[in-house]
Amino acid sequence: MSARRTGATALRVLAQLRHDPRTIALLLAVPCVLQVLVHELFRDREQVFQSLGVPLLGLFPFVAMFIVTSITMLRERTTGTLERLLTTPIARGDLLAGYALAFAVVAAAQATLVSALSFGLLGLESGNRGAVVVLAIANAVLGMALGLFASAFARTEFQAVQFMPAFVLPQILLCGLLVPREQMAEWLQAVSAVLPLTYAYDALARTAEDSLDGRFWVDVAVVLAVTVLSLALGAATLRRRTP
Amino acid sequence: MASAIEIRDLRVVRGGREVLHGIDLDVEVGAVTGLLGPSGSGKTTLMRTVVGAQIVAAGDVTVLGLAAGTPALRARVGYQTQAPSVYSDLSVLENLSYFAAILGTGRESVERTIGVVGLTGHERQLAGTLSGGELARISLATALLNEPELLVLDEPTVGLDPVLRRDLWETFHLLAEAGATLLVSSHVMDEADRCDRLLLLREGSLLAAGSPAELRARTGASDLDAAFLGLVDRAGAVS
Repeated sequence: MSARRTGATALRVLAQLRHDPRTIALLLAVPCVLQVLVHELFRDREQVFQSLGVPLLGLFPFVAMFIVTSITMLRERTTGTLERLLTTPIARGDLLAGYALAFAVVAAAQATLVSALSFGLLGLESGNRGAVVVLAIANAVLGMALGLFASAFARTEFQAVQFMPAFVLPQILLCGLLVPREQMAEWLQAVSAVLPLTYAYDALARTAEDSLDGRFWVDVAVVLAVTVLSLALGAATLRRRTP
Repeated sequence: MASAIEIRDLRVVRGGREVLHGIDLDVEVGAVTGLLGPSGSGKTTLMRTVVGAQIVAAGDVTVLGLAAGTPALRARVGYQTQAPSVYSDLSVLENLSYFAAILGTGRESVERTIGVVGLTGHERQLAGTLSGGELARISLATALLNEPELLVLDEPTVGLDPVLRRDLWETFHLLAEAGATLLVSSHVMDEADRCDRLLLLREGSLLAAGSPAELRARTGASDLDAAFLGLVDRAGAVS
């Protein structure tokens, strides 16, 4: 791997985004609008917003980056730029790390904006605001890594878009956000326990406390481990030789 | 004459069908070799094999003394794909600057190749707004950036205006004179005369190899289209 090639790839991905201001606007505005909607929805039940607000803030980047990455990577595969790149000295790790870096930057912007809105105007409270923003970025990179891996199984953009409900919605349903995990049927709890978003959600929920306990760090470790694993699996799907 | 590419009994299977049936050929160093044949004859598959992008069923492919696909070759071989591999949402300059960074060449290499492929003045234009021929030229430019020892160009001159086509062929010969080896595919026979040597491919087999003059002499034909037909007929009579 080389820092030059990784950096060049990150800058290239960001340049592609810069030429697409509508996508940037959607990435930044949609989470803000959704957060305001949730706030208004539970106007008379402040407690509900307080318990939903932080996890939502941390999960938006996950969903957004999953979609953006799986489509961008699919395009690299189908337009031939991936095959062309893989005949150059670039390492597959350079390509993946470049993507991770670029989308982490976008996620940081997204998380900062939604945090400013939520903590500033909407009156959301958290014991550890900094930890929430950092987790949001980590979740974005997790979403990116899963999207990269998922893109290997899509042949068309139609299929890639369907992976959002297929890969992401079950994780949101089962992560504990809608129904606490201990109230779920046992088999659902078992499924929930192997889904990475469960740990991302749990870590976010724990930032409400003033001091971060040991369980928080276990959650963070799981999120990081799954990210690394997905990136490794994603790298394995980038083949220099194809049939 | 030394060989830049040596292929022995190459067989490739794609989609359950054998598309290259035991090819043997050599490509000379420092020459422009044309890979000619109709669409579907296996030209792109052969080129993908040379750059190490193709899974092969059998045979040996040696490129610049190393097995095709060896990591050390990636910096020494330039490849222009048939479908332009270009980021349509980046400008001409951004596309080339990215590949220059990957290949480790400087800004002057970007400016030089933009001039070579005749895209001066279009630097800031988004690739997606360019014509098919212009896109192909960006793709060609990415292969020229690091002045590789071997250039594998898959139909680089399709759809270009005659003046630009002539200029590009001149560039190819200048590169060959400077020591580079070029393997250039085309399905247009009138480009054959611009090559030092020719490889005629048909239905996954090598029909003939030699200089344009040799091929004409061998068939007694005055133009290469007729020579090609003569060779096809002869191959048909043998089998």
